[in-house]
Amino acid sequence: MTATSIPPVAAKSSLLGKDQLKIIKDPLWDNNPIAFQVLGICSALAVTTRVDKALVMGIGVTLVCALANVTISTIRKFIPNKIRIIVQLVVVSGLVIVFDQVLRAYMFDLSKQLSVFVGLIITNCIIMGRLEAYAMQNPPGRSLLDGIGNGLGYMWILVVVAAIREVFGAGKLLGFQVVPQALYESGYVNNGLMVLAPGAFILLGIIVWVQRAISGYVEK
Amino acid sequence: MTAMLSFVGAVASDESLASVLLRAVFVENILLAFFLGMCSYLAVSKRVDSAIGLGIAVIFVQTLTVPMNWALQEFVLGEGALGWAGLPDTDLSYLQFLTFIASIAAVVQVVEMAVDKISPKLYSALGIFLPLIAVNCAILGGSLFMVERQYDFAQSVTYGFGSGLGWALAIVSMATIRWRMRTANIPGPLRGLGITFITTGLVAMAFMTFSGI
Repeated sequence: MTATSIPPVAAKSSLLGKDQLKIIKDPLWDNNPIAFQVLGICSALAVTTRVDKALVMGIGVTLVCALANVTISTIRKFIPNKIRIIVQLVVVSGLVIVFDQVLRAYMFDLSKQLSVFVGLIITNCIIMGRLEAYAMQNPPGRSLLDGIGNGLGYMWILVVVAAIREVFGAGKLLGFQVVPQALYESGYVNNGLMVLAPGAFILLGIIVWVQRAISGYVEK
Repeated sequence: MTAMLSFVGAVASDESLASVLLRAVFVENILLAFFLGMCSYLAVSKRVDSAIGLGIAVIFVQTLTVPMNWALQEFVLGEGALGWAGLPDTDLSYLQFLTFIASIAAVVQVVEMAVDKISPKLYSALGIFLPLIAVNCAILGGSLFMVERQYDFAQSVTYGFGSGLGWALAIVSMATIRWRMRTANIPGPLRGLGITFITTGLVAMAFMTFSGI
């Protein structure tokens, strides 16, 4: 896990002032959890065969990340340093259980397709990373924004990967046929590699490449 | 448990042990086919010796935690599992995540202390990797897959060992490739994460050829 440097707590400003907006916007691009901090890759690839799965997963991570950030940040002064990882894990698993139960109650089919990956939000390094690097040092309000920002930064990459995989792998988007039938008749075939694991790896590699080429970040 | 989990019953639970092992190591490699444990995989695959250390630690912890969580699921968490305690109607499966992650953290802690006591040499080799394992998705994922596929005890021991071995195999082979790539001339923005992903994609493609066996 790469811990990123935490910006010092700036002077208080009004709700969603420039400073607060920056906390949300920063992880969306410059400090993106996937492309820059290299966190949370595990689930990023497995759920991206279809856009609806990626969306639900993104929403789940955003909610859990934001709420866990607030909870840990509220009680941060009472957590003994030695057992903080266990405390964080318990808070996160509690929230994930709630999310999983809601999903089972209202979106049963989707929850079946996401299978073990909902449970794996617990070990998503983005959440643990933000709790450790941000929520332990910052007040609840800022931590909430940080959680939302990082969740959304994770979600948009997920949705982009999923959209490409779904369109090229199955010719569909959100379950609707987008590749016209005429194209199939003239000999076009879906790219089977896209829905398989290697396709996801290569695609994410290319997305990271493009993102870094634009933002100008070079490793080492 | 059955109503909830039988949906993914593509795997018959009477699968032979050899087949469980082969599937876990090669065909459905937990890293290359299910993307689990990517974070530590990306962070630690820069050097071969640390990759081997983490690989061994994962095999060890995985072989212990999967059967242990099998016992928890079978005798405490599953629907009607508390029948032996006179509570046949209790269904605690919603506590699964919390229990599994707590038991994994506990096992990792105990293993760490035990290794320190028994073999300080091994401890100094594995030392820094053991705490990392508690939040490795491959470990939690292994236990969740075990429940989903309804393995019995012998199968979960085999699956735990096999998936750990598969993970170790993937990280060690990747570390050797990355070591070799250090001298390659890669375009700036592609360096590091980007090229590692693309290479992993190619390794995953190679592993897919095992699906015939």
